[in-house]
Amino acid sequence: MALDRWIALVLLGVCLTYGYAAWFTMDSSLPPFMQRNPIWPSTFPKVLSILGIITTTIILLGFEKSEVKEADIDYRRLGEYHLDQALMLLALMVIYALCLRPVGFLISTSAFLILGSFILGERKWHIMLPVAFIATGAVWYLVQEVLGIYMRPLPGIFGG
Amino acid sequence: MLEGLLIGLQTAFSIQNLLMVIAGCLIGTFIGMLPGLGPMSIIAIMIPVAISMGDPSAALILLAGVYYGAIFGGSTSSILLNAPGVAGTVASSFDGYPMARQGKAGKALTIAAIASFAGGTLGAVLLMVFAPALSSVALLFHSAEYFALMVVGLSAIAAFAGSGQVAKAVIMTVLGLIMATVGEGALFNLPRFTMGIMDLQSGFGFITLAMAMFALPEALFLVLKPKDLKGDDGEIKDLRITKAEAKAIAPVVGRQSVQGFFIGVLPGAGATIASFLGYAVERNIAPKEEQEEFGKGSIKGLAAPETANNAACTGSFVPLLTLGIPGSGTTAILLGALIALNVTPGPRLMLDEPQIFWAVIMSMFIGNLVLLILNLPLIPYIAKVLSVPRNYLIPFILFFTLMGAYIGQNNATELLILVGFGVCATALKFADYPLAPLLIGFILGGMMEDNFARSMQLYDGIAFIWERPMTLGLLVIAALLVLLPSYRARRARARAAGIADGD
Repeated sequence: MALDRWIALVLLGVCLTYGYAAWFTMDSSLPPFMQRNPIWPSTFPKVLSILGIITTTIILLGFEKSEVKEADIDYRRLGEYHLDQALMLLALMVIYALCLRPVGFLISTSAFLILGSFILGERKWHIMLPVAFIATGAVWYLVQEVLGIYMRPLPGIFGG
Repeated sequence: MLEGLLIGLQTAFSIQNLLMVIAGCLIGTFIGMLPGLGPMSIIAIMIPVAISMGDPSAALILLAGVYYGAIFGGSTSSILLNAPGVAGTVASSFDGYPMARQGKAGKALTIAAIASFAGGTLGAVLLMVFAPALSSVALLFHSAEYFALMVVGLSAIAAFAGSGQVAKAVIMTVLGLIMATVGEGALFNLPRFTMGIMDLQSGFGFITLAMAMFALPEALFLVLKPKDLKGDDGEIKDLRITKAEAKAIAPVVGRQSVQGFFIGVLPGAGATIASFLGYAVERNIAPKEEQEEFGKGSIKGLAAPETANNAACTGSFVPLLTLGIPGSGTTAILLGALIALNVTPGPRLMLDEPQIFWAVIMSMFIGNLVLLILNLPLIPYIAKVLSVPRNYLIPFILFFTLMGAYIGQNNATELLILVGFGVCATALKFADYPLAPLLIGFILGGMMEDNFARSMQLYDGIAFIWERPMTLGLLVIAALLVLLPSYRARRARARAAGIADGD
């Protein structure tokens, strides 16, 4: 089975779960005055779930013949591309998201930018380090000082 | 009117005010390039500066410069990096980014600048002529018509349904609509589908989703399959648009200025719908061979949303200036600024303080003109962003996507959602699912449901569809927009098979 049909299967599951939630779990908790409304919070989701189930079934059963196109990246040969780099960058983004608050903006962002280019194969430290530090400082100054959006600059223990 | 124009010109053409507009344009352009900071937030940030100047005309001129600069800056990031920071520029990335990938970044930015200029200027002309008359039309639109208008906007998905792709485009739209129902609806005040997670209470953030659908998969693709962002020969070429191209986009710009302006006049509809609709309409009326180009770097496909977007922004001033009703978030903030400057917009504004009314209109012209003059020479340098070495560019793209999602909500969970959806979107991209319909569905879904629910309550059922002729008309147009391409394709196929047209 091709990837697009696997995805359709997953989406069918999503639509079924969503439909279950819309059809069977939402209406009972509705206050009486709302039940007199012509439209309920669950009305729109109910329609959507049915639409979703119909369309995913069409894709899943292959009713619609689509021509096979030359894709930009062939997912069947994913290993031939730089998959390791992509996965490491994704992991880095997750770590960044988790560290942003506790470690502070300045340290985590500099580390993110340096490690990001390191993962991509950059080894010129004399360029990487200044670029990362200057960019981090500039963005922080712009967002925090000029625009006045609070971002904790340093780890919490330093009172940042 | 001539007298008014002269008053406006007199106010706007002082050295101080010209410096204001230049400063505003520059600030707007540069901050607008950061995804996550749209015109609304930049204007909000600039308000203290504007108010402290004390002179309402100068303040408005500064804010108009910031406004137009921010819109142009937003288009820049969606064209160069496929990272639309504002809903109104999503449609610009459909064709702008493919152009940048083909090494025509400079040309794409030039087209965007010129189309924005034309849209804004023509919009201002229309505003000058029609503002008083239009204010009553804007009030004719009820929630039923808004609902129908959203449906027309959704018909833009037809543009993504290539051969054998209809079901995929539809399911992506439905998925977008489903995601829009997560969180607390304005009409019900009940959390829905949050699975008890507090962070989902307010729904998914628009920027988070836009970054996850567009910017992140693109960046991952660039990592997976290294490819130079510059043109084949590494040069950023084709800065100028040729005469033939100018001729091709001129009618598009003309049509979309008018259409965008009138959509912008309706409170609440605004630049987003105008840009999607502009894209859909232009694609539908383009000749067959040009239709194939849409989504792959068509200059028409870029000019249409850019023009409509700016014209709509200008149009949204109609209800603000004539009725005192802000039709969009940005004009609501401007209303606040006006009131702080002791100017009350409304029907009396034109009579009581004509110099302010005309100064606003003149500042739109000047803002647009200065923006064009400032940006055309800057474009080669802005486009140089793409010649930053890949090892540095990609971490920065990722960082700006994360920052955009973070600044908006100040919530680190948003970043995890961003990465999660980004991975899903990449998988969808592998399987050739179009991602734009999902975002269109998500943006329009919330508004659509609210308006639908409101009209259901007003009419106590779905009778409004046939009782209100305008609603019915708009829905028919939506159906035509969806059905026409497939009808054309079928007829083309029949003709190819040798069956003559029955005429």
